Amino acid sequence: MLTMQSLTQRLANPSNFMALSARLLPWCWGLAAALIGIGLYLAFFGSPPDYQQGQTVKIMYIHVPAAWLSMLVYALIALSSFGLLVFRHPLADVSAKAAAPLGATFTFLALATGSLWGKPMWGTFWVWDPRLTSVLILFFLYLGLIALRSSIEDEALAAKLTAVLSLVGIAILPVIKFSVEWNSLHQPASVTRLGAPTIHASLLWPLLIMALGMTVLFVALQLKAMRNEILRRRLKALRRIAAASAADLSQQPAE
Amino acid sequence: MSAFWELVRRDVLIAWKEGGTLGVALGFYLVVVVLLPLALGPDLNLIARIAPAVLWVAFLLSALLSLGRLFEADFEDGSLDILATGTLPLEAVVAGKAFAHWLTTALPLIALAPVLGLLLNLRPDAYGVLVATMLAGTPAVSFLGAIGAALTVRTRRGGLLIGLLLLPLFVPTLMFGIEAIGAALSEADSFAASFLLLTAVSLAAMVLAPPAAAGALRFQLQ
Amino acid sequence: MDLGLHAAYIWSAYGVVAVTLAALIGWLVADGRRQRRLIEDIEARGSGGTRSRR
Repeated sequence: MLTMQSLTQRLANPSNFMALSARLLPWCWGLAAALIGIGLYLAFFGSPPDYQQGQTVKIMYIHVPAAWLSMLVYALIALSSFGLLVFRHPLADVSAKAAAPLGATFTFLALATGSLWGKPMWGTFWVWDPRLTSVLILFFLYLGLIALRSSIEDEALAAKLTAVLSLVGIAILPVIKFSVEWNSLHQPASVTRLGAPTIHASLLWPLLIMALGMTVLFVALQLKAMRNEILRRRLKALRRIAAASAADLSQQPAE
Repeated sequence: MSAFWELVRRDVLIAWKEGGTLGVALGFYLVVVVLLPLALGPDLNLIARIAPAVLWVAFLLSALLSLGRLFEADFEDGSLDILATGTLPLEAVVAGKAFAHWLTTALPLIALAPVLGLLLNLRPDAYGVLVATMLAGTPAVSFLGAIGAALTVRTRRGGLLIGLLLLPLFVPTLMFGIEAIGAALSEADSFAASFLLLTAVSLAAMVLAPPAAAGALRFQLQ
Repeated sequence: MDLGLHAAYIWSAYGVVAVTLAALIGWLVADGRRQRRLIEDIEARGSGGTRSRR
């Protein structure tokens, strides 16, 4: 019976993870490509223009999955951080480190597609819509994680401090979202909401398939990034050993 | 308990004697608040409308400048090691230093805010509520700031990094504070709710920030 | 296909996503290859001529 606990224990060994991920990756890439392909086809040839927004609603099919992923990835980083600090799982930091740039990329895409969606709708590229504002702040949270990690040379220490930061971030994220929406609710100006229109089936299916496809794509990217990180650490260890043995050799002729 | 107040007293005295950090914060506050209306031009109505926001944002920026040094001096000369292994738990040390920061940096800035409000043509009925929101909201700034300070205590040029880290953390306080002022000025219903939320964030920060900051410091003191 | 008045925005949005994801995938693949190559180099040097200095 493969429980979550036994799965994470089996994967705690980097070699196990490398072997398993090598087998999984091709399937992930393939499934992602298939889902996204179907989603795009349905988006462009299978769904009608929206009553109010016209064809620009098609941007929703990439904006909403990107925004959804930006939050999912942050949750994954927080979960990995918890795994590092509480359970000291060996791969927890690899997961957190790999996910941060990926999450930042999806957040950037959510912002870019959001503002390109907003321009035809509202006339300007940025409107401080509460939802987009929360995504912007989430982007800063990601940048903070990446910046903090790169400011500390000791890898183990960087792992722990970044973990603390991501847990603080996830605790404050709901408060941030609430406070931004609270503020905009009470503004006298009319609030425009970058929401999906009331979803009709012909719009819902492409959206769900695109969301699923992008999520599987993220899984593939995450596995690949984690593999790279494991290789990077292996390389670092090998270099250290090589330097140590070279230092030994250079000592010998002196006698 | 008395060890806690002893720590607060020590930090307040150091801040008073040194004066440098507070001077920088006050000076920066003044500079920002003067430059903005200068750049905006003579439209007094416009300046009056944005005055609460300017005063709040400039406060946050000034606080950022001073927060970077919260643990720096003690970290570098080894006092933090001693404090960490002393009778007072590290969480209490963090709380004490954050409180001392509030006393020595936030309170003077809050005292300066109404004076600067004159420069910004702040509405007369806004002075009271401005100071009230600052008193209620700035503890969050000092305590959440302690987390940022703890994470960046080693970094040489931590001043840039700490701003990036703290920006998201300050957003709720800023949002609720501005909303409370706006509600009070327009006599909307939402003043009480906004003010309570502002206070709640501060209280939560006072409880939750010390463990987080202490945890971060412990990792670096080992 | 006629995407209406705002076709440019729609194409730009999809374009940004496509280019960004392609670049991300490209970087991950290239980085992986580079790490592997460096590891192979070190392992080859370790088992072969350690004494030679270049």
